[in-house]
Amino acid sequence: MPQSQENPITPTLLRIPCQSTDYDVVVGLVPPRSKVLDLGCGSGELLERLVREKQISGRGLDIDPELVIRCVQKGIPVVQGNLDEGLAQYRDNSFDWVVLNQTLQVTHRPALVLREMLRVGRTCIVSFPNLAYWKSRCRLFFGGRMPISRTLPFPWYSTPNIHLPTIRDFRRLCRQVGGRIVKEIYRSSGRRRRTTFAPNLLSEEAIFVVSSFDN
Amino acid sequence: MADVGIVKSESFVFATKPDRLKLDSGQFFGPITVAYETYGRLSRAKDNVVLLLHALSGDHHAAGRYTPADRKPGWWDSFVGPGKGLDTDKYFVICSNFLGGCMGTTGPSSINPQTNQPYALTFPSITISDMVRVQKALIDHLGISHLRAVIGGSLGGMQALEWTLLYPEIARSAIVIASTSCLSAQAIAFDAVGRNAIMSDPAWNKGNYYGTKGPSRGLAIARMVGHITYLSSASMRRKFGRALRDRTDQAQIFDDEFEVESYLSHQGQSFVERFDANSYLYITKAADYYNISERFGSLSNAFRKTLAKFLVLSFTSDWLFPPFQSQEIVKALMSNDKQVTYCNIQTDYGHDAFLLETETLARLVRGFLDHV
Repeated sequence: MPQSQENPITPTLLRIPCQSTDYDVVVGLVPPRSKVLDLGCGSGELLERLVREKQISGRGLDIDPELVIRCVQKGIPVVQGNLDEGLAQYRDNSFDWVVLNQTLQVTHRPALVLREMLRVGRTCIVSFPNLAYWKSRCRLFFGGRMPISRTLPFPWYSTPNIHLPTIRDFRRLCRQVGGRIVKEIYRSSGRRRRTTFAPNLLSEEAIFVVSSFDN
Repeated sequence: MADVGIVKSESFVFATKPDRLKLDSGQFFGPITVAYETYGRLSRAKDNVVLLLHALSGDHHAAGRYTPADRKPGWWDSFVGPGKGLDTDKYFVICSNFLGGCMGTTGPSSINPQTNQPYALTFPSITISDMVRVQKALIDHLGISHLRAVIGGSLGGMQALEWTLLYPEIARSAIVIASTSCLSAQAIAFDAVGRNAIMSDPAWNKGNYYGTKGPSRGLAIARMVGHITYLSSASMRRKFGRALRDRTDQAQIFDDEFEVESYLSHQGQSFVERFDANSYLYITKAADYYNISERFGSLSNAFRKTLAKFLVLSFTSDWLFPPFQSQEIVKALMSNDKQVTYCNIQTDYGHDAFLLETETLARLVRGFLDHV
């Protein structure tokens, strides 16, 4: 691993949990004119695309005031708040879709977050880097070091990623909180994988579509 | 950045007999003079109007100067002007002195035409809603039927909220800064201390002090207490610390010696020169009694018919109108599925931040207004 990757990461960089953000999959999943809540919406780019391409009605939530300002400048209604404090301000089933894009792994209470998403929305989209990807396994197994990769770019001491799941782990969490997995999409090297063979070993990232059982 | 330049205070009179204004108290009151200023140009379609609502000690002189020699511009000159937070190149901004004030709009210090004496304590008790009804009369008079936004901080934010409740079809958006749907017990307590200071000053004379020096001591103390609540512990530490003023040989032990003492004395003194003590009593009472959820059963109920988009802003170090009070408003709006944006701005300026965090506020307000 090149030395530069192990330099301490600046706090500004830490705001971006993962740099592999690619909104195409999410934009493809959400039907036109839905009501969408984007948790950890950042500067509102995904919501802006959804508004433009799918005419959705969007709302955002982010913890960072600077990013909130950028959402406001895009005309995206956004509330500054902490995901880890739950979504008490949102009513049951008040959204068609709730999106958690590359944010689950930075939350303090992922189970609470997922449960709250399923309460507030009819269908949820959760994307996360898969820690069980073979390259990460190799780095840990053969190198004896914490994995660093394109989707996990931070060294262990300055990573915002505190709750990294594997695909199998996340399936289990869905069962535990009463979520029904509607779809699993796998990605590697920034591209969608065509095959579904050994996803937990061969996928760098996963995108889950989950709905609550009563929907 | 350019300024609005030379401005002129204007006034209009309404609620003359027999069309006097019915107040919340049930009393019919009039005539009412409204002092106001406008900045920017009204568009042909009259669709670029922003109504600016001032706080307790503010007035309708929000920006610009009356003469080139004026020492001080309006109270929000840093925010209102060409290219500023409230961009007067784009918007036609109206600011009026509220009912009960003392800067030109009818208040306790105004002459009652029936007696040719100042109203003093015969002035009727007023509410925030009454203030808003008077502002509505003003925009009617100006031939304006829609407001792009109502905007205000602190007590001004309460009026902005009230606009969306009383006239949901007129206010297209509301910008509510460092405000609340009802004052906390702590805020009421500080208001009570201020009122006590005024009313225990012998010169107050049960409100009949016009033509005399008046309760300047009491009013100054009220203002000093107020100023403590507008700052934060951290901002006071930074601004004054324990710094002492230059000592002179004649200094007596109880002279103002700490910087913070002389700051408060100065604030108290300059307030006395421009503000009416009875106005202070009436306005703080109106603020204390304001309680949206009590009126509507719940805060959530209150906003059911609101059509406005909201921008709600609070400041992390504001302990007079703490962030949780803004968050309650946001929650109530969200429970009604209203469009609301909320930001808790990181600052140690305390409540005063709404006049000081101009740059952050400007980015938020400009961005918000661009999309309503």
